[in-house]
Amino acid sequence: MERIMMAHGSGGRLSHELIRGLFQKYLGNSFLDQMNDATIVPGQEQLAVTTDSFVVSPLFFRGGNIGRLAVCGTVNDLAVSGASPKFLSLALILEEGLPLEELERIIQSVADTAKEAGISIVCGDTKVVERGSADKLFINTTGIGYSNRYFVNPQQIHPGDVILITGTIGDHEIAILSDREGLEFETPVTSDCAPLNGLIDSFFQGGVKCMRDPTRGGVATTLNELAQQAGVSMLLKEESLPILPGVKGACDMLGLDPLYLANEGKALVIVKPEAAETVLRAMHAHPLGHRAAQIGVVQEGKPGFVLLETPLGGKRIVGMLEGEHLPRIC
Amino acid sequence: MPMPKESKDALAKAGEYLEEIKHLASKPFTIMEVCGTHTVAIAKNALRDLLPPTVRLISGPGCPVCVTDSSDIDRYLYLAAQSNVITTTFGDMIRVPGSKKNLQALKAEGADVRVVYSTQDALEIAHKNPGKDVVFLGVGFETTAPTVAVSLEIANREGINNFSVLSMHKIVPPVLRLLAEDEQLDVDAFLDPGHVCAIIGTQPIEFMAKEFGKPGVVTGFEALDILEAIVMLLRQREEGRSDIEIQYRRVAKAEGNPHAQTVVKRVFEPVDASWRGMGLIPGSGLGIREEFGSWDAVRKYSLPVFHSPETPGCQCGEVLKGRIYPTQCALFGKHCTPLKPVGPCMVSSEGSCAAYYRYYQRSDD
Repeated sequence: MERIMMAHGSGGRLSHELIRGLFQKYLGNSFLDQMNDATIVPGQEQLAVTTDSFVVSPLFFRGGNIGRLAVCGTVNDLAVSGASPKFLSLALILEEGLPLEELERIIQSVADTAKEAGISIVCGDTKVVERGSADKLFINTTGIGYSNRYFVNPQQIHPGDVILITGTIGDHEIAILSDREGLEFETPVTSDCAPLNGLIDSFFQGGVKCMRDPTRGGVATTLNELAQQAGVSMLLKEESLPILPGVKGACDMLGLDPLYLANEGKALVIVKPEAAETVLRAMHAHPLGHRAAQIGVVQEGKPGFVLLETPLGGKRIVGMLEGEHLPRIC
Repeated sequence: MPMPKESKDALAKAGEYLEEIKHLASKPFTIMEVCGTHTVAIAKNALRDLLPPTVRLISGPGCPVCVTDSSDIDRYLYLAAQSNVITTTFGDMIRVPGSKKNLQALKAEGADVRVVYSTQDALEIAHKNPGKDVVFLGVGFETTAPTVAVSLEIANREGINNFSVLSMHKIVPPVLRLLAEDEQLDVDAFLDPGHVCAIIGTQPIEFMAKEFGKPGVVTGFEALDILEAIVMLLRQREEGRSDIEIQYRRVAKAEGNPHAQTVVKRVFEPVDASWRGMGLIPGSGLGIREEFGSWDAVRKYSLPVFHSPETPGCQCGEVLKGRIYPTQCALFGKHCTPLKPVGPCMVSSEGSCAAYYRYYQRSDD
């Protein structure tokens, strides 16, 4: 089996072969093919920029891999900010000994996901470190998007607004958990890892006030951040939370709460009450949004507090995630 | 989305229970939920919100992590720091603070500490690392003891000699007796632990009802189970009875699980055990029998006995005995939070302090 060697990162012949034979083969486009130290891309007046690093373990999991995740994570951060993702950088840190075949599958997946999201990989970098200095493969992506829409932000959130989610919660973290060494369990749950810009384009309209993707820390932590930033309270209805039976089962077994599990293909969307129905209908019409639901409302009350009403009518606090749930889920 | 029929039925049932509770609880009635899983279920379902003010629920000593004594914590930290040892543990123990540090800090310093979800995983690690000594931290009640016992029998049968267990297991009936004898305890009745009783049956706790006049109901862990059990306890008061009854019939039987009882008896024997904040309770622990001495970490490593003082100001003991609510501890939410816990009741997901912190109120309330 061919494996990554230190020489693949030397800048010499093997590095060159890796670039030609792998990166350009799958990711090549008019920007990347400039092959300069920096790539010239077309711009516009307002740009959105974000960056993210990916260290997920295992590299391949049900419903995705680190490559797909590295594209989706950055694309989604741009998309929920109201920007149209356009360009992505791709920086890889490879551990000596990584099978080339695994790297190829990951790069292929980066290419497929970039195509799905309608973005171009425009520059990249590869470093190789000695065995033991990294765990197989780490990726960093930086994304640039065009910010054409008005700016969505938490300051616009007011009591009376409606909280929507674009689909079921907790799928990604349960999928990762089920593939973890020492914890393998059978579950039909696959990661929700997906680029959200197409879905967001399909429902975005005047009444949308704020969007966030509830990754690490889950829906609970993201809503707490929003409630604090906006100085409002939020009330969730437990029975309206869309949760797959497989996620619920795994949570019961492992003592986890789906509200705190990471998602990689979901957006929380806060909308004006008048717009809620049309936005929700538009979500339902998109393949990534057919399980979208209204999960709660923004209300007057103690600023920064998120409450949950149980099916029996009791209310309790939903706080932020305390400490660490599970390392290396993205 | 329309509500499924089962949910509608459950809601109607819950409404009926709540009506009956209101009707029966004209006078104050204090119930202790012994088990940490009940504490969490009550908090998570916000049941206190729904009960009339006359019905008070207080948490008891039923979280195994929470009742682990500081001396035991320092002892396993001492063991985990030995070179060549792989410490395997359930995740809840990782952040429990000892006198100086916790497992998480030891791990950062280079100790090999691994979170497992079953003793089977720990045996597997021993199998894969023949040059290392794998120790499993046995923390739990009658519910976890059987699987640990099975792992020791497997180790014995298959000659897995690089595996051992540090048993800090505890059993519930002796601590119930201690509570019942406590004159300061203001409790009328008990929600008894569903899974513990599924193993031991009801006979070992009958004395609560008969000797002390404290009725109990062996209860399941859904909101409806807990409401039904409260109704059953109130009915006992109404009828002037004091019995141990089973609400959790789909899992718990009066005779318990004889097979599990036999396995536990083969491997463990009753020993005196220190409970955090409650002191030494005779016969309340499970020690490993001499026949299995080669897999007993205490014997194998000739572990010293530690005498660690409890953290000053930490009132975990008072919380565990049901004398105060977690929020009445001066450290709660200020110096003691799930991120920087002072006592184990704030660390464990089943700890009453953690449940109160998560679901009810904060220091700034």
